[in-house]
Amino acid sequence: MGFRTDRQRVHGLGTSHTGAHHWWSQRLTAVGMLILVPFFLFPFVRALGTDFETVREIYGHPFNAVVAMLTLAVGFLHLQQGLQVVIEDYVHDKPVLVAMLVANVVLCAAFAMTGIFAVAKIAFA
Amino acid sequence: MADVNRGNRPLSPFMIGSVYRPQITSVMSILHRLTGIGIGLTGVLVVWWFLAASTSPYYFDFADGLLTSWIGNLILFLALVSLWYHFFNGIRHLFWDAGKGFELGQVRTTGIATAVAAGVMSIVTITIALWG
Repeated sequence: MGFRTDRQRVHGLGTSHTGAHHWWSQRLTAVGMLILVPFFLFPFVRALGTDFETVREIYGHPFNAVVAMLTLAVGFLHLQQGLQVVIEDYVHDKPVLVAMLVANVVLCAAFAMTGIFAVAKIAFA
Repeated sequence: MADVNRGNRPLSPFMIGSVYRPQITSVMSILHRLTGIGIGLTGVLVVWWFLAASTSPYYFDFADGLLTSWIGNLILFLALVSLWYHFFNGIRHLFWDAGKGFELGQVRTTGIATAVAAGVMSIVTITIALWG
């Protein structure tokens, strides 16, 4: 690993002038999902296929509501990070690449916020 | 030393099948991406379900009815298996990121363990969904 100059070693950055931030951030959301998914999934599959009142009751519970909102936030961020890597791997036309990366961020944020809004509305009802 | 085949070589994503025999390593790697995308698409359906549950009993019945129809159940079943696969294979990836588990024997063992764990947890989840 002796190919970097002293200055580069101090900055911890390579020729791209950016570091491993995206990589590290994706690992953090991955670990977050390892904790959240079991807590989210079991109340969710119990609520699924029941009636309106039962769902309102399950997500009226603060723990279930907060876990669901966290799962939506961290989950869609993890999805955005994962899809970005897939897009970067397979799309090589620069304008198409940029358009897809932007659409990826916008759509993932929109779906996350819509879901969080819906769960909050149920929880506060 | 001249490369007479320059520009006419198979490129990595398209080598499996035609050039390389599918192996547990390559197949599981591709499945990790495919399941990730599948879970994401199903996540959009889940958001729609929550939105319906926050709106009215009629809208909820419509969304919930669609998600628990036979086609809805099929999508949710595939998403569930995908989720547990991606969950356990993700743990495998995190260990690789930490520099552990690279020996070929370990890769095989953890790969099989991932498939078994995903299957078991899928059955546990479906049991809870049906009788929880």
